[in-house]
Amino acid sequence: MSNAEAVAKKFRERDIFGRWLLSFPALFVIFIAAVGPLFVMLLYSFMVKGDYGDVKYWQFSGDGWFSVFFQRDIFDDTVSVADAHLLILWRSIRLAAMTTVLTLFFGFPTAYFIATRPEGKRELWLFLITIPFWTNILIRTFAIQETIRNEGVFNTVLMKLGIISSPIQIMFTDTAVLLGMVYVYLPLMVLPVYASLEKLDFRLVEAGYDLYAPRLQVLWRIILPLTKPGIIAGSILVFIPAIGAYVTPRVLGGGKNMMLGNLIELQFGQGRNWPLGAALSITLMIIVTVALLFYVRNASKSGAGHGH
Amino acid sequence: MKFLKTLAVSAAAIVMGAGAALADGELNIFNWGNYTSPEMIKKFEEQYKVKVTITDYDANDTALAKVRAGGHGFDIVVPSAHYMPIWIKDGLLLESRPDQMENFKNVDARWANVDWDPGRHYSVPWQWGLTGVIVDTSLYKGDINTWGLIFDPPPELTGKINVAPEMNDVMYSAIKYLGGEWCTTDKDMLRKVRDKLVEAKPKWIAMDYGVIEKFASRDFGAALYWNGAAVRSRQANPDVKFGYPKEGFPYFMDSAAILKDAKNVENAKLFLNFIMAPENAAMISNFAKYANGIKGSEQFLGDDLKDAPELVVPKELESAGTFIMLCTPEVMDLYSKIWTEVLK
Repeated sequence: MSNAEAVAKKFRERDIFGRWLLSFPALFVIFIAAVGPLFVMLLYSFMVKGDYGDVKYWQFSGDGWFSVFFQRDIFDDTVSVADAHLLILWRSIRLAAMTTVLTLFFGFPTAYFIATRPEGKRELWLFLITIPFWTNILIRTFAIQETIRNEGVFNTVLMKLGIISSPIQIMFTDTAVLLGMVYVYLPLMVLPVYASLEKLDFRLVEAGYDLYAPRLQVLWRIILPLTKPGIIAGSILVFIPAIGAYVTPRVLGGGKNMMLGNLIELQFGQGRNWPLGAALSITLMIIVTVALLFYVRNASKSGAGHGH
Repeated sequence: MKFLKTLAVSAAAIVMGAGAALADGELNIFNWGNYTSPEMIKKFEEQYKVKVTITDYDANDTALAKVRAGGHGFDIVVPSAHYMPIWIKDGLLLESRPDQMENFKNVDARWANVDWDPGRHYSVPWQWGLTGVIVDTSLYKGDINTWGLIFDPPPELTGKINVAPEMNDVMYSAIKYLGGEWCTTDKDMLRKVRDKLVEAKPKWIAMDYGVIEKFASRDFGAALYWNGAAVRSRQANPDVKFGYPKEGFPYFMDSAAILKDAKNVENAKLFLNFIMAPENAAMISNFAKYANGIKGSEQFLGDDLKDAPELVVPKELESAGTFIMLCTPEVMDLYSKIWTEVLK
């Protein structure tokens, strides 16, 4: 081995060491903050449940995972599909999907409005959109409760105006939960959609009109395809927290109809079944991951579609 | 950008200001929400130069889960009677011997030696009360001393009922309503209990905590809830009355205890002794409106409590109440399965 080669090898080694050293903080954070807790949860989901909560450490069983999907009847011990869990899962997915659709329905025009303001004014509008973020989600939820409850602003005004004679029951209904969810997650849709609308070349819209495209066609064939990445990003940002939503369904829904988040909480609380709670949490994460993969695949397809 | 910088600087200033306000000692109390008298805490802080922080929980199981998970930093917790044996058995509490403290002489004989903490080696009485039915009598005029209002509600109350999301209280009430005994394993009885709960739930509007403001705003017509909350609901809405179900109702007592991994044990001991003094115990009651179990506190009670009908069980119904006891893990397992099925 020549001297030059030895020096080069030494440099390479130092280089590799240096790279590891530099990436150590990132790796450390990923392992401690992400992989570690996940592993603990996985471990708990396979342990035997304790008598009054907690788990019996290092005694393993598949009961937690078994009861995610199946249930043993309390009275005759027959095994059947856990329809309670499936019902709650379906309710959560449906609510998250409806929230996503509605935030898009209200968020897109909002973002379009902001993006078409003169450049100097846009920041003010964006600033207004982000103001609710400064407040805790619980406080925002209680604000909605104050608005829609029986003696709240909404019902009082309608009754004073003589439009209704007795208060409309909105609190503790599915409508209330949906209203709260849309309100809370709306900014998460507006911001990414705005980001892609801002980059939209409005000369393309003008070209569309020049070629006698009606408004709807311009929206459908020019604006929507060009802002698809923003819409997809917004949908992801709304759908993922919405499916695990806990506070809004509990406060506005009255805690009667459980969502996945409430079901998981129940297992760590009064249900006293930590392994089942852990298994349910992992199930929720798998659902979110699948949804994410689905979106990402769609997003990359659309990206190739119009040659950006 | 300049705006953001200003914001960051002012946030930092607020945080540092809060840090500077800290006194020499600290005490972290983990207690039920809306349950700790701020005046009493202020008095304790001034008397002992200790900075007190209060964190809320809404259910015994929540508190238990959080403390078990570790790293909580709390010194004092206030579990209910039927949970105390779990806390003690799991080694979560410090054997602080309140029975040897100076003010222990004030504890009412009824509460000085209790099943859930024999000889009071761990805990001191905080407050006690019972679960019954709170009713808005502007909606319903009939007999209110029955669980029937919750489990077979009259049309006036249907769709206006709130049930506390507490497994033990609800299971106890339903079992008693159907003529069974607490901790029963009788499958026929439990099947009836489950069917009754499943049948009744659609007639309820919510299963939630925080009823006082909802009775005030007339969102609720009736609730399975605690008597102290009934006092406060009545003060907010004079039509509200409290019923003692003749089928049988559960008593509860919450007791304050020091956690084994408490960091401020000496301050915590001072606090336990402090709340056994009659005038301090009365401050707790005056705030949360439950009885406290300390002799001599009556003279310090507010006028609204001295003759509150919610705090005095009618003579003829006295024998209907019993304490909820801890059942075996097998029974609790059965009950929580029924509970999950009801809650879905």
